Amino acid sequence: MPIVLKCHKGIGPAVTGTALVATDNFSARYDLDRKAGTFSRPTHHLAGQSYAGRILVLNEAKGGVATAWMLRDMQERGIVPLALVFNRVNPILAQGAAFARLALVDRFEGDVTSLVRSGDRLRVDPGAGVVEILDRDC
Amino acid sequence: MRLTDEEQAMRAGELGEPRRWALEHQIAVGEFFDAEGLVRISQAHIMADTESLGEAGVGFLESLAARPEAERRVRVPTLTDPRGLDVAVYKRLGQSEAMRALEARAIAALRAFGVLMTDTCINYQTIMPPTRGEHLAMGDTGVVIYSNSVFGARSNFEGGPSALAAALTGRTPRYGYHLDECRRPTRRFRLDHRPRDLSEWGALGGIVGQACGSYWEVPLIEGIEEIPGSDALKHFGAAMASFGSVALFHMPGITPEPAKGRPQRPHTIGRDAIEAFVAAYGATGDKVDVVVFAAPQLSLVEMAALADALDGRHVHEETTLLVATSPEIKYAADRMGLTRRIEATGAIVAAGICFYQSYAGELAEANGWKRLMTNSAKLVNIIGGYGYRPTLASLERCIASAVAGRVV
Repeated sequence: MPIVLKCHKGIGPAVTGTALVATDNFSARYDLDRKAGTFSRPTHHLAGQSYAGRILVLNEAKGGVATAWMLRDMQERGIVPLALVFNRVNPILAQGAAFARLALVDRFEGDVTSLVRSGDRLRVDPGAGVVEILDRDC
Repeated sequence: MRLTDEEQAMRAGELGEPRRWALEHQIAVGEFFDAEGLVRISQAHIMADTESLGEAGVGFLESLAARPEAERRVRVPTLTDPRGLDVAVYKRLGQSEAMRALEARAIAALRAFGVLMTDTCINYQTIMPPTRGEHLAMGDTGVVIYSNSVFGARSNFEGGPSALAAALTGRTPRYGYHLDECRRPTRRFRLDHRPRDLSEWGALGGIVGQACGSYWEVPLIEGIEEIPGSDALKHFGAAMASFGSVALFHMPGITPEPAKGRPQRPHTIGRDAIEAFVAAYGATGDKVDVVVFAAPQLSLVEMAALADALDGRHVHEETTLLVATSPEIKYAADRMGLTRRIEATGAIVAAGICFYQSYAGELAEANGWKRLMTNSAKLVNIIGGYGYRPTLASLERCIASAVAGRVV
């Protein structure tokens, strides 16, 4: 049986992929090299790592409003996370995910950044408000 | 979400494709935040610089702007946040013709909606200050926190697509800071040192923002005995929003809305905390590549202070000093001789940009910039991700460093 984590209903399509996890917060403008598809902010725990095609599991959304536009541009250029899984987001990340049709969920029972480990296979279902860890048993 | 008959008609596409898209977008966001319906707004403010729009965003704007006029006109006064470049200075800054061409397309599309191209993040100081209780869709975190806190208005952070949607429907989803229950203080801070200048007000905002660390936290700040004034609260709020994603603060005796509740156990912030915050960005002795006064754009009062501090001095030949203000303030500064006095020192005064929204990464590459100095705490927070090494200091130290060519 996969481990099932319940969350608030989210935005975007159901997807399956590999988790990239940190306890940090997130802003596309502040943290990313959007051309290379890597975390560029030196103090971010994921600095230097590629986010393309990964399910990003992070704490909160932070910073400016630019992420609302940027996710769609990242989506159309194909250098984009597969899904965003957060403890809590701000309106900007929700607006950006809605605009980009990118999978986004938040508000779990417990700290999702400690429940999920980097490398876990996840199924994220925003419509149902569920994230499943596929390669670990409960 | 409950929709009125008119909102249902918009959703059904009876008022055209732009309003149909806008309403669908607002429902997706509103349902995510459990909004029960939409609330009418009196102003919208769109962040739509081309660096963040990208080709995808510009193409999207153009597709809606191509619809018939009756379908695409905004329903409330709609302003713009700073742009990706200033056509008067972009060549001196090493920005490309491709950037200028993309800007021109974005501007043409925004004008087709009937958007007022104010290109400013200090509209609350220069265009139309909000009033208490007014519902807004503001598209810059510094504008939102200032409007909510200093004026007692009501806005969430509205990213570009959402601010455009709000402009097209004249409404926004009723969640977050539109609701009384979200506006109660959740954290309490006690200040036992008065910041000495704008950079320290920004540092204080950064400290409170870092401690809150969430859009949903509302700090109550006590111990401020003298009224800070508009520019101090501007830097304070902008830094708090940038470091913590915070959208509302209460400062009893200064901000107009009565804070409902007083959280236990205040967090005290003293001189040592502010000095430690500033010291984290220190780099005395390093060569300075670029000194920036921006983020937020400078008020007329800041422009005058800068002109006074620069009089009779010359910027070092290997250092760029860049000043960013709004088009309205630039025009005023031109008229009053401030621009001439500032530029006589070798500095560049740009209008309608705010530096970090202006392809900061490409600027660093084109000009070989690494060490940046500024009196804006917001800017030092943002700019690290673009490959800069930022230093935070007072206006006077920034200018002395620009003249010396190294951090003094």
